[in-house]
Amino acid sequence: MTEIPIEVMVNGTRFRRTVAGRLSLADFLREELRLTGTHLGCEHGVCGACSVLVDGRSVRACLMLAAQADGREVTTVEGLGAEARPLRECLARRHGLQCGFCTPGFLITATELLQDNESGKPLTEDGVREALSGNICRCTGYQGIVEAVLEVGNDTETRDDA
Amino acid sequence: MKPAEFTYYRPESVGEALHGLATLPDPKPLAGGQSLLTLMNLRLARPATLLDIGRFTELARVFDDTEALVLGALVRHRTCETDPLVAARAPLLHAAAGHIGHLGIRNQGTIGGSLAHADPAAELPLAAVTLGATVHVESATRGKRALSAEELFVSFYANSLEPDELITWITVPAIRPGQGWGFVEYARQHGDYALAGAGVLLSLDARGRIAGLRIGLLNAADRPLLFDEREGTAPVLGELPEPRLWEGLGWRLAALSEPSHPDTEYVKALCASAISEAAEAATERAGENT
Repeated sequence: MTEIPIEVMVNGTRFRRTVAGRLSLADFLREELRLTGTHLGCEHGVCGACSVLVDGRSVRACLMLAAQADGREVTTVEGLGAEARPLRECLARRHGLQCGFCTPGFLITATELLQDNESGKPLTEDGVREALSGNICRCTGYQGIVEAVLEVGNDTETRDDA
Repeated sequence: MKPAEFTYYRPESVGEALHGLATLPDPKPLAGGQSLLTLMNLRLARPATLLDIGRFTELARVFDDTEALVLGALVRHRTCETDPLVAARAPLLHAAAGHIGHLGIRNQGTIGGSLAHADPAAELPLAAVTLGATVHVESATRGKRALSAEELFVSFYANSLEPDELITWITVPAIRPGQGWGFVEYARQHGDYALAGAGVLLSLDARGRIAGLRIGLLNAADRPLLFDEREGTAPVLGELPEPRLWEGLGWRLAALSEPSHPDTEYVKALCASAISEAAEAATERAGENT
């Protein structure tokens, strides 16, 4: 077994660790750093529950090795700050979550969408559905999630937290 | 699941990676990992050695050449989808890239990795054969060679590369005046694997008649299936590009496909429809691109 020294910035803190080559970024975050907000559903890139931001871009942490994250900046759901607050509140208000298992992945993907200048603005329902299509939710039927992202992205409703 | 054990290396240069491919036990290059790590997590692939080439920034660049677009093997799908240069010079590739998986996959996945993975249902292999791309590969002992995209794809997930060869660059002929393109994909939902799809590259002559036609089909055989003037599209050369012509050609070519989907007739009907829809879009664009 090979041990690889890595240095990763996670949620603003620098971590130096030695990891096995086959350790996924998701398992590194959950098992080594005890950041269990990143959830593991399918472990082969389909469900999106393990999405995290690496250098500001969403990736599936089950399809990235911890060794590949060496020198990168990782943001997990725990590291989303004030910028995600409106979305969190809006998701809650619009019933965009029930069991909550998929929610960290949705927050990460939606945060990227909301910050991304390459995605057309104003957001459309179709655009939001497509952007979120890589995240699976088995409870809500997506309606509340899509509405929440549209509301925050297009500022269509006065927010309680404004 | 988790991948089986392997030894991880991160070579510092292309030369070092090539040396590793030639000397290490059962090596696999790891680029974006969006196909390879999936297979490894499912234990369908168990390479003994992974060579992480993902950081070779020189291979993540896109160049505009006189009559071609040159893409490094590590250009991300997201770059193909958003880079204005790719959109202007290889619009079919640009459109096809937007259909790959989901955003998180496109942020990581690379064109070289997708071509090497040789999935007949994947968009970039289809775009590469439809556009007549050239794939440049290197090995430590035999140096460089170039092969056509068609020569690269052998069968399901099988490419024609030697074990010590690495894809480094991909050259895509740039779109020319008088040419039009179309790309149509049918999937259960956006980002899912394609049920069927077609890429079309059409050239019209000065009188508006068909001078060249390349049609690629997604998921219609054990490799991206190409019909060009040598095979399949010659009968329509010199004809006027009319919807009725496309419909007939669509059905004729779809009949030659060999989809692996259990409902073969359904998928062939989708192929026919994808061909005529993409060809009509190509006709319109060729008319505007004079």
